[in-house]
Amino acid sequence: MMDDLRRIERTAEMNDTKISAKGVQVFYGDTHAIKDVDVQIGDKTVTAFIGPSGCGKSTFLRCLNRMNDTIDICRVQGSITMDGQDIYDPRVDPVQLRAKVGMVFQKPNPFPKSIYDNVAYGPKIHGLAQTKADMDVIVEASLRRAAIWNEVKDRLDAPGTGLSGGQQQRLCIARAVATAPEVLLMDEPCSALDPIATAQIEELIDELRQQFSVVIVTHSMQQAARVSQKTAFFHLGNLVEFNDTDQIFTNPQDPRTESYITGRIG
Amino acid sequence: MADTTNMGAPAPHRISLTERSPAVARRKRKDLILQGFGLLAIFIAFAVMFLLFASLIRTGHTAFVQTHVTLDVYVDPAEIPLDGLPRGGFQDVVTNALIAKLPSADEDSERRAVRNIISNGAQFYLRDRVVADPSLIGQTISIKVPVSDAYDQLHKGSISRDTPEALRRVNDEGIAWFDELIADGAISKPLNFSLITNADSRFPELAGLRGALVGSFWALLTCFVIAFPTGIGAAIYLEEFAPKNKVSDLIEVNINNLAAVPSVVFGLLALAVFLNYLGMPRSAPFVGGLTLALMTMPTIIIATRAALKAVPPSIREAALGVGASKQQVVFQHVLPLAMPGILTGTIIGLAQALGETAPLLLIGMNAFITSAASTPFEAATALPTQIFIWADSPERGFVSRTSAAILVLLTFLIFMNGIAIYLRSKFERRW
Repeated sequence: MMDDLRRIERTAEMNDTKISAKGVQVFYGDTHAIKDVDVQIGDKTVTAFIGPSGCGKSTFLRCLNRMNDTIDICRVQGSITMDGQDIYDPRVDPVQLRAKVGMVFQKPNPFPKSIYDNVAYGPKIHGLAQTKADMDVIVEASLRRAAIWNEVKDRLDAPGTGLSGGQQQRLCIARAVATAPEVLLMDEPCSALDPIATAQIEELIDELRQQFSVVIVTHSMQQAARVSQKTAFFHLGNLVEFNDTDQIFTNPQDPRTESYITGRIG
Repeated sequence: MADTTNMGAPAPHRISLTERSPAVARRKRKDLILQGFGLLAIFIAFAVMFLLFASLIRTGHTAFVQTHVTLDVYVDPAEIPLDGLPRGGFQDVVTNALIAKLPSADEDSERRAVRNIISNGAQFYLRDRVVADPSLIGQTISIKVPVSDAYDQLHKGSISRDTPEALRRVNDEGIAWFDELIADGAISKPLNFSLITNADSRFPELAGLRGALVGSFWALLTCFVIAFPTGIGAAIYLEEFAPKNKVSDLIEVNINNLAAVPSVVFGLLALAVFLNYLGMPRSAPFVGGLTLALMTMPTIIIATRAALKAVPPSIREAALGVGASKQQVVFQHVLPLAMPGILTGTIIGLAQALGETAPLLLIGMNAFITSAASTPFEAATALPTQIFIWADSPERGFVSRTSAAILVLLTFLIFMNGIAIYLRSKFERRW
């Protein structure tokens, strides 16, 4: 393993840790959904969470922007820090946190409003634009970053729900990046899309890595292999293995990981 | 003993696709019976509805026209002096004009009998015109006034000329005069706008629904202003903010029970609390509206909660995901999407309230009131209570007016439900 120079380079090029989770436990009522998970998510890196259905990968993802707070029976223990600050500190406002940690969901869910208003909503509620001109700049930059500007620039007033599935998902990505986040969480962003739209989103994820730390939950191991630098394998609420992506797919350390990637479990 | 393992298992047999087995035939028959019952039920429902409308239209249609007589009235300055307005001998002036049209009538002895042909309210038609334009005094003007109920019914055929004179409300002499008027071309039967523009009256030919319509309007307005914000507020709190525990369960059960409480109970409550304890005015549409609001609120709460629940969670997640607060999620995303459903529920609740009679009877909205209320605090009737009053009145004219009033009420209900259906289909979203 020491002789794999390419991988050592990749690890070295990984920037500082953006999010660090230690001993995270999640309970839904009496169900122990996440068991003692430690994970370090690097800055400007794509980290993929893979695992069979119900293994807790989405639950863990939702801990990172405190979306689980909205579920009454959900309890989170352990520590999750972002840039060294505990995000579960009582002084942290989840609303501010979610501006810094954007999220893209499994099913494209644009608001039933115009394309412009979809993107402008986040900056508006966080007061990021003082004037209409500022807002126009933010909206255009966000739509460009989500690689959808050229398709929608002539119909910004059209409803976002009228776009195709892949365009809707890119609009949702534009909406998420409009609040100037540092981390982007993506919960199976391609599972409701056709292969062409999926390819576009994957390409986009690779570009987004220039600016954001991206965490993606995926069912598709090929997708994880294509877009991510780091991969975490979850099984039954445990983090089984967390390593460089090529390491996970070529030389898994844990027999359960090997069974999963070769299709024997899940 | 060797075959015991296979015991109980059915022998495999081939199923034919064309030949009907008894089991398939039985299943098919059951399907047909179910379909038959469904069709029968729909047929019965439509037949009953058809009967209802047919009978209402049959008795009510005559109330939509009103027999009038056109008279050339000399506004005699001796009877109606300018400085005496609005008082004056209007009745005599109108009667004189009628007698002038009837050469066979003896001016002195039969004056009273002749006057019975026209409505008691005819003088007021003349008075209103003269008061509006006093320069008419001394001139001869043509006015069109309603005939009295008995002659109206005679003209509409409800009183048969073949009935023996002693059993009829109009005598042979009166019929003869009336026929003279018909021959003269003075009798006409225009659309009865006074059914909508007049308030209630002792005389059926003058009685209209204006007081009831205005009373119902004030009551519904009060009901809406109170029940809509409170109902939506309660529903939003219960659905979006309240912790789910025993207390909220108890509240939910009670709201559902409240929706099922008979309306007369709300009327008794209003009588005891609003009128007797708080001393609010009797018969006032405002109190009626408060009572109806108590009944409508559970309907609005239940409809609003259903509409809020129907907003897909993905929209809430999307808004939360960009950092909207709970309040922003509810008021900027969920509520606008739930609005069509909320409005539909509200309109249906108001339509229920419009037809509600019992609570209004208990707070005295069945009083005899001959003017339309100009504020919600004046005494008034409402559409259903007006129907109740008229249904109790023995005159022929009120029988047809009762049916006509029911048709007016049903028109409003159909109209309101139509709006609800329109809103639902126009704004219905699919995700």
